[in-house]
Amino acid sequence: MSRQPYVRPMPKASWYLGNARYRRYMFREVTCLLVGVYCALLIWALAALSSGSPERWGAFLAAQQNTAMVVFHALALVYYLVYMTFDWFKLAPKAMPVQFGEQKLPGSVIVVGHYVAWIVVTLFVLWLAGVLQT
Amino acid sequence: MSIARKSVVWGLFAAGGTLSAFLFPAVIALFLLVALGRVPPGLEFANLQAFAGHWVGKSALFLVIFLSLWHAAHRLRVVFHDFGVRRDKAVANAVYLVAAIGTVMTAFYLYRI
Repeated sequence: MSRQPYVRPMPKASWYLGNARYRRYMFREVTCLLVGVYCALLIWALAALSSGSPERWGAFLAAQQNTAMVVFHALALVYYLVYMTFDWFKLAPKAMPVQFGEQKLPGSVIVVGHYVAWIVVTLFVLWLAGVLQT
Repeated sequence: MSIARKSVVWGLFAAGGTLSAFLFPAVIALFLLVALGRVPPGLEFANLQAFAGHWVGKSALFLVIFLSLWHAAHRLRVVFHDFGVRRDKAVANAVYLVAAIGTVMTAFYLYRI
């Protein structure tokens, strides 16, 4: 190209700091680290479970039980809900708009539908794990 | 990236994101309960083995971990770019490789149960 288009100078690693929307975007994107951490924990759990020995499973459970883990999981839960789950629901009508002929389903309906489904799914998982049986 | 490949990557990302958005709060809550020493009965060895031993439980666990891993890998690739790392090819190879290793490990452990 012979012309030199103007490129607005932008710091590569700190461009999001000056704008609340960009900061929120970054807070949302880094939730992938939490997804990765919990996938790793699940795989660790499967490794212990697949050994076939109740002792190894007991050792895995014991390794999870300390104050640092309690604090980490509690903070992770709040952060994950705010920046991953609720943000994902908020963006759902923009990512997957639902249309019937000429009529578009209002975004609020899609968002509320997601929250209802999420409550059902959460109760189901907790029921499956036996939390709700006392 | 070709359009065909992009749609596969994006499809896995969206499916994994939806699954992990819906399911992981409950998963984190379960880990929190375990950390507090209040292990729910469903997470005792025999019960969990029965769940993961059944093909429905096996498939569910595999799908959730596999898709969540790909979701996290793809998002992490973009996060690297956003934090100023411009070596996309190396980053993409690394994050997808880790996700692939995790997927294989998941499949192997589930197969063994």
